[in-house]
Amino acid sequence: MFSYTLFIILLPLVSFLILGIAGKWLSHKTAGWIGTLSLAAVAALSYYAAYEYFFVVGRDALTGAFERQVPFDFTWLPFFDQGLHFNMGILLDPISVMMLIVISTVSLMVHIYSFGYMKGERGFQRYYAFLSLFTMSMLGLVVATNIFQMYLFWELVGVSSYLLIGFYYTLPAAIAASKKAFIVTRFADLFFLIGILIYGFYTGSFGFVFDTPEGLQSYASAGFILPLALTLMFIGGAGKSAMFPLHIWLPDAMEGPTPVSALIHAATMVVAGVFQVARLFPLWVTYAQDWMPVIIWVGVFTAFYAAAVACAQSDIKRVLAFSTISQIAFMMVALGVCTELQTGHEHHGSVGYMASMFHLFTHAMFKACLFLGAGCIIHAVHSNEMAAMGGLRKYLPITHITFLISCLAISGIPFFSGFSSKDEIITACMSYSPAVGWIMTGIAAMTAFYMFRLYYGIFWGTENKELHAAHHPHETKIMTMPLIVLSIITVGVGVYTTLAGFGMFEGYSFGSLISADNIDYRIHFDMSVASCSTVIAIISIALATYIFKGEKQPVAEKMKAALPNLHRWAYKRFYMDEVYQFVTHKIIFARVSKPIAWFDRHVIDGFFNFLAWGTNAASNGIKGLQSGRVQQYAFVYLVGTILLILLLMLF
Amino acid sequence: MDYSQFLNMGQELSLLAVIIILFVADLFMCTDRKDGKGVLNTPLPVILLTIHTLFGIMPLVCPCAEACMGDVCVFGGMYQSNIMTIILKTILNVGTIIVFLTAHQWLKRPEMANKQGEYYMLTLSTLLGMYFMVSAGHFLMFFIGLELASVPMTALIAYSKNSQESAEASAKYILTALFSSGLMLYGISLIYGTTGTLYFDQIADKISSCDLTQIAALVLFVGGIGFKISLVPFHLWTADAYQGAPTPVTSYLSVISKGAAAFVLFTVLYKVFAPVIDNANLIFFWIIIFSITIANIFAVRQNNLKRFMAFSAISQAGYLVLGVMGATPQGMTAIVYYLLVYMAANLGVFLIISATEQNSDKINISDYNGFYKTNPKLAFLMTLALFSLAGIPPFAGFFSKFFMFMAAFKAGFQLLVFIALVNTVISLYYYLLIVKAMYINPNDNPIAAFKSDGYTKLGLFICTAGVVLIGIISWFYTYIDQFSYGL
Repeated sequence: MFSYTLFIILLPLVSFLILGIAGKWLSHKTAGWIGTLSLAAVAALSYYAAYEYFFVVGRDALTGAFERQVPFDFTWLPFFDQGLHFNMGILLDPISVMMLIVISTVSLMVHIYSFGYMKGERGFQRYYAFLSLFTMSMLGLVVATNIFQMYLFWELVGVSSYLLIGFYYTLPAAIAASKKAFIVTRFADLFFLIGILIYGFYTGSFGFVFDTPEGLQSYASAGFILPLALTLMFIGGAGKSAMFPLHIWLPDAMEGPTPVSALIHAATMVVAGVFQVARLFPLWVTYAQDWMPVIIWVGVFTAFYAAAVACAQSDIKRVLAFSTISQIAFMMVALGVCTELQTGHEHHGSVGYMASMFHLFTHAMFKACLFLGAGCIIHAVHSNEMAAMGGLRKYLPITHITFLISCLAISGIPFFSGFSSKDEIITACMSYSPAVGWIMTGIAAMTAFYMFRLYYGIFWGTENKELHAAHHPHETKIMTMPLIVLSIITVGVGVYTTLAGFGMFEGYSFGSLISADNIDYRIHFDMSVASCSTVIAIISIALATYIFKGEKQPVAEKMKAALPNLHRWAYKRFYMDEVYQFVTHKIIFARVSKPIAWFDRHVIDGFFNFLAWGTNAASNGIKGLQSGRVQQYAFVYLVGTILLILLLMLF
Repeated sequence: MDYSQFLNMGQELSLLAVIIILFVADLFMCTDRKDGKGVLNTPLPVILLTIHTLFGIMPLVCPCAEACMGDVCVFGGMYQSNIMTIILKTILNVGTIIVFLTAHQWLKRPEMANKQGEYYMLTLSTLLGMYFMVSAGHFLMFFIGLELASVPMTALIAYSKNSQESAEASAKYILTALFSSGLMLYGISLIYGTTGTLYFDQIADKISSCDLTQIAALVLFVGGIGFKISLVPFHLWTADAYQGAPTPVTSYLSVISKGAAAFVLFTVLYKVFAPVIDNANLIFFWIIIFSITIANIFAVRQNNLKRFMAFSAISQAGYLVLGVMGATPQGMTAIVYYLLVYMAANLGVFLIISATEQNSDKINISDYNGFYKTNPKLAFLMTLALFSLAGIPPFAGFFSKFFMFMAAFKAGFQLLVFIALVNTVISLYYYLLIVKAMYINPNDNPIAAFKSDGYTKLGLFICTAGVVLIGIISWFYTYIDQFSYGL
C-alpha cells in the first residue's frame, strides 16, 4: 500500500535530470517552478505517507508497536556464495517517516524562499538542479533498507553539499570551503565504509539487524568486533554531523548560499550522523553498551566547545553554524545516554532516543527558520557581519518576529518547541548521570545567552545608520512566507507539547509516535528539571538583554577588555583550524605523503612504465608472427594444436 | 516421422521465414536496379528482424516460461533448446539489427545498389548457422551449423568485389577456415571412432582422460572453435580479415559469430567433455594467457583502426573464454553477460568507424587526431564505448569484467585472474590512445564535421544506452543468472 513512496525519491531525481540536462534552455522562472512543484508533490506524498503510516496502518494489534513497512527492496548486486548482497529499497518506520516530513517540509520552504533569495543569480537553474539532487539523496538516505544503500546516498548527499557550498565558484573562499567540507567528511566516511565492511564481513549481511539473527548472536559473544564496527560507523556520522574534532568544515560551509545553509547545514544533512546512530541504535544498545560513553563525551565536549565559540563570533551565519554544531551534539548526547531499548513506566533508560529524535525535529524547524531569517537579513544589508546590522527591527518586522520566536525556541522557553525537546534531553541526561545532566543544563544556558546576543546584535543594539541610510533594508513576501510557516510550526508544536507535557490533557505526544521500541510512550515533564532549566534560560536571556540591548554596550566592552585572551581564543575558534593546518601540512603532507608520493612516482609508475616498455619491446620482437602469409598461419595453427596435445600428454 | 517436432524450432523457422521473405522481396520488388536505389533498403530487413526477435522472446515473457520452454529436445536429441539459448539467440538478433543499421550508409553507395539483397541474405544465413550451432545436440548438426555460419561469411568478406584487400582477406579466411574445419572434423571422427556415437548426451559417459585419442579430439575441437572466436594460436587470420572486409562485415564478424562460438564452446565442454574438464582447463589456461597478452602487444602498434579492433577483439575473446574455465554456472552467466556488454560497446565503436569511413574514407587512428574538435558528439560516444571495452566503472564493461573475474576466481584460477588484470592495464593504455588521439593530439586537417544518418543515430542510441545502463541495472545479470547451468 506504500508503493507510491517510490515517487518520493523519483520525483526529485527527475527534476534534477530535467534541470541538469535541459536547464540551459529554461528560463529562471520555469526552472524554479519545476523544482518547487516536484518538491511540493514530494511533500504532499510524504505527509500522506506519514498519515497513512501512523494513523491508517497504525499499531500492530498484538505488540502495540508500529511495524516496519518495506514497500520496495530489490537486490541490486548479488554476491553468490555468502549470500551477501546489496539491496536498494524503501523502509518506512517511525524515524524514517519523521525524517521524510522534516526533509520535505524544510526543502519545500527553501525552494520557495530561494525564488526571492537567488533572484537573478547566475546559474539559477543549476542551483535548483543541485537542490533537487540533494533532496533526492537525503530522502534516499533516510528510507534506506540497509546500511550499504545508506552509505551510497550518504556519499551522494556529500557530493551535493560540496556542489552547493561551492555554488559561487568564482569566489576563492567558496571553493576552499567546498573542498574542505568534502575532504573532511570524506575522510570521516572512510571510517564509515570500513565499519560497514567489517560489519558485512562478520555478520554476513548489510541489513540493519533489528531482531537478532543467529549470525549476529555468535559474533556478539566474539567481543569487540561489532562495537568496533559501530564505533567506526559513528566516526563517519561524527564527520557528517560536525562533531569535534571533525567539525571544522561546517562553519566554512556557510560560504554557500544561505538557503542551502538552512537546508543542508542546519536542518537535514548535518543530522544524518544522528540519524545513522539512531538507525543502528538497537545494535548499539544491545551489543555495544560499553562503548556508548564515546558518543556521550564526544557530544558533551562538542556541545560545550561550539557554544563557547558561538558566544564570540561576529558573523551571524557563523554564530548559527556553531549553534547548530552544539544542538546536534545535544542530540548525540541524548542517544548516548540511553541504556535500554524497552520503553514503559518502569523503563526510563530509553527516553533519550525519543528526546533526540524530537529535538532533531524541532531543531530542524526553528534552525531553518533562523537561517532563512539570517538570509533575509543578509539580503537586506548585504553583509554577514553584525557590525553592519543593529536596529533592524524597524526595517524587517516579520523577520524580527520569526527570528525572536526561533530564538525563544532554541533557548528553551516554555510554549516554544525547543523547550519540550530540550527538556526531555536534559531529563534523559539527568537520569543517566547528574553530572552530564548539569553540564548539559549549563550549555543550554550558554545557548540562550549567545542566541540573544545574536538577536540583540541584529535587531537592537547599535545601529549602523550610515549604511542603512545609503541602502534602505527591506524584506520581500516570498522570503518571509517560509519564515512564517516555520515559526507557526515552532509555536504550534511548542504549545501543544508543553501543554501535553504538563499533563493538561491526554493526547498524542511525540513519544507516542516515535520511541525506541516503537511502542506508545508518553512521559510528562520532570517538574524539577523543567522549572530549573526554564529559570536558567530566563536568567541567561536577561543577562544578554542587560549586556547587548542598549545603544551603547559598556558591559560588553568591559568584558572584552577584561578577558582579552579568552575572547580572542573563542573568536578564533580556539585555533582548531590552525591545529589542522599544522597537522596536515607539517606532519601528514611532509612526513607521510611525500615518501608515499616518492614510492608512487618511482615504484608504482615505474612498474607501469616497465609494462608499457615491455609491451612495446615485445611487440617489436614478435611482429614477424603476423606476416600476412596464409601458409604460415596454417603452420602456426598446426604447431599450436600439436603443442597443446603434447602439453596434455606430458602434464 | 513426426513433423510437429519442427514447431519446437520456432526461432529457426521464423528466421528462415525472414530470409525467404527478403529473398522474394529482393527478387520481385527491386524492379529498377540501375538508378542506384534498391528497394530493399535497411527498413525492411530491420523491421522483419525486429519482429523475429520479438517473436523469439515470446516464450520468455509469457507467464509459463519455465513450463512451455523449459528444455526442448527434438529429433532424437539432435536439436536442443532452453531458455539460455533463447536469450543468447536474442542477443545475437539484437546485434545483427545493430549491424544492419551500421551497414545502411555503406549499402546506399551506387556500386552496392544491385547487391543489397545478397548482403542481408548472406548475413542472415550465417545467423541461422549460428542458431543451429548453439542448439546442436549432435556433432554433425553442430558441424553443419558451423559451416553454414562460415561459408556465407567468406562471401561477405569478399563483398567489395573491386577491392583487392577484400578479396585477399576472403581468400585467407576461407583457406584458414577450411583448414580448421578439416582438423575439427578429424577430431570429431576420432570421437566417433572411440565412442561410437556423435550425440552429445551419449558421449560424456565414454570420455576419459586416459584415452589419448580423445584428448587429441578435445584439442582439435578447441582449435576449430578457437578459430571462430580467434584465440591464439588459431587467430592469425583475424587481423587480415578484419582489415580487408567491409566495415559492417567486420563489425558482424567481431561480435556475433564470436558470441555464438563462445557459447557453444561452453556447452560442448559442459555436455561432452565434462570428464576431461581438468585437461580442458589446462589448455585454456595457456590459450587465455597467450590470447590476451599477444593481442594486447600487437594492438599497441596498430594504426589502422579496423586492424586495431581485430587485436582488441582477440584480447576480448581471451576474457570471454575466462568464463569457460571450470564450466561453472557463474561462468556461463558471465559469458552471456560479457557478450551482451561487449556487443553494445564494440558495435558502438564500429558504428562510428563505419560512419566516419563512409563520410571521409579515413580509417587510421592518426586520422582521428582532433576528431573531438569537429565531431564532439561522436567522439564522446566513442569514448564511452572505449571506456566500456577497457572496463572502466561505471560503464557496463566494468561489471562484465568484474563478474567474469569473479567467476574464474571462484572456479579456482586466481593466477589467471591476476594475469588478466595486469593485461587490462595494458588494454586501457591502447584504448586510451584512441581517446587521446581524438581529444588531445593536434591536427591541422582533422576529419571534417559530418552529420550521421538516422540509422546510425538509432544504432548509437541503442549501443550507448547499453554501455551506460546494462551495468547499473542489475536486472540483466540476475535475469541471465537464474537460467544458467554448468558443472
